[in-house]
Amino acid sequence: MNLAFLEKLDRRWLFLVLGILVLGPLLHPIGLPVFPSEPVRQFHDAIAHVPDGSRILMPCDYDPGSRPELVPMNKTALRQLFRKHCRVVILNLWPGGSLLTDQTLESVAQEFRASGHPLVYGVDYVDLGYKSGNEAVMVLMGQGIAATFPRDMRGNVTADLPLMREISNYSSFPLLVNISAGTPGTKEWVQQVNSRFHLPMVSGCTAVSAPEYYPYLQAGQLRGLLGGMAGAAEYEKLCGEKGSATQGMDGQSLAHVFIAVCIVLGNVIQWSKRTGARS
Amino acid sequence: MKREIPLFLTAVIGLFMIVSFFVPHQWVSVPADFLQQCAVIVVAFGYVLGGANVLRVSLEGISRRERDWPYKLVLVLSLLFTVIVGLFVDKQRWQDPGTISLWLYDNVYSSMQATMFALLAFYIASAAFRAFRVRSTEAALLAIAALIVMLGRVPIGDAAMTAIFHHAWIPHALRELKMSPIEEWIMNVPQSAAKRAVLIGAAMGVMATGLRVILGIERSYLGGGD
Repeated sequence: MNLAFLEKLDRRWLFLVLGILVLGPLLHPIGLPVFPSEPVRQFHDAIAHVPDGSRILMPCDYDPGSRPELVPMNKTALRQLFRKHCRVVILNLWPGGSLLTDQTLESVAQEFRASGHPLVYGVDYVDLGYKSGNEAVMVLMGQGIAATFPRDMRGNVTADLPLMREISNYSSFPLLVNISAGTPGTKEWVQQVNSRFHLPMVSGCTAVSAPEYYPYLQAGQLRGLLGGMAGAAEYEKLCGEKGSATQGMDGQSLAHVFIAVCIVLGNVIQWSKRTGARS
Repeated sequence: MKREIPLFLTAVIGLFMIVSFFVPHQWVSVPADFLQQCAVIVVAFGYVLGGANVLRVSLEGISRRERDWPYKLVLVLSLLFTVIVGLFVDKQRWQDPGTISLWLYDNVYSSMQATMFALLAFYIASAAFRAFRVRSTEAALLAIAALIVMLGRVPIGDAAMTAIFHHAWIPHALRELKMSPIEEWIMNVPQSAAKRAVLIGAAMGVMATGLRVILGIERSYLGGGD
């Protein structure tokens, strides 16, 4: 069969097919079954085993570019923590992300308020906002969190907030839940905080950075790992939710299949061309 | 002296920070904390310097009518507008609902970032079709691993395997074959082994570079080319 015409295929056809494959399942979901993998189960269990009412540090190191992958897992983690009456301190080391993470935190708090669980800012959760300095901030927080962040995201004096009065440094937390899109992120928290201050941690990250963290997971430096939207969908399944990650998995599945077909088809064209040239 | 003083400061502060990692005594930890705070302030000033540099380069480009100068004009106007609105209009309450800063963040910054990131999917599809060529055994192994991981990571991988192999005439062992366990094995064993090697190599490189900087052998950070 002559496949030469495919070689000159306008790439806009590929864009169109991919667009339809992603958009179609969002409008008409297929409902492919999701099965939680071991790293996701570990992430869920690490939070489940934290004593109820604990204080949790949650650095959310991402910005709007990673919203579809990371916001769903961030929301599910916050819901799991708030259901356990944990009190959450979030911060952001990405300059463009603090507003997004604040909106994410506030939307989950609003959900709980609407369902009759009044969460109060400053008592049940605090947003420390953004601080420049990457690893230097992580190390400084080991000496004192209120001193590193004198004011929170909303302009309050951090030391005056009831929740922050109970917190001195990393020893005030039993677990660090990092949601990370790159650098600074999980790798830096492992290197600067987990290994130096021995604070157990779990990570939710973008799919592209997940392979980098598998050695940390195997070494026990990470207690659990969510990789990308697939990890978020599996985590939603474990928490009994059906959020935007689960909805997005149908589209992502078809997109992956299409890219696999593109790889195979591209090579088949190449082989047929080579065979044709030889004959 | 222009070179000796920075080299001396780098060596002393570098060695001091290494010592502070191992010695928790307050004679060491208090000055080390002060230096860490200085680092945070220096990084914050970096943003001011970066903004000023973007302005300088863009304004030069506009004044010389360089190629694509209208884009530079848009950049300068957007930058100035955002900074002026944040500093003088919204002030301390820039993150509150109804402010111009929040509107810009939600409707301009977020949308543009999401668009840039979403474009990747289309370029990956195009690159997969045109550039991912199997020309050697290593490339074939890479392609097979990529296909398994790509399909094993999403629910359709296992669903497809069930649809293909779950028939009475197929041997029982094959009938139970799933994509996700193979994908997990690839991620846990060969991938992790390779990644660990890269991480250890990179860490050793960082340590070697750090020592070279502290000892004054590596001087490129001072500028001037030597």
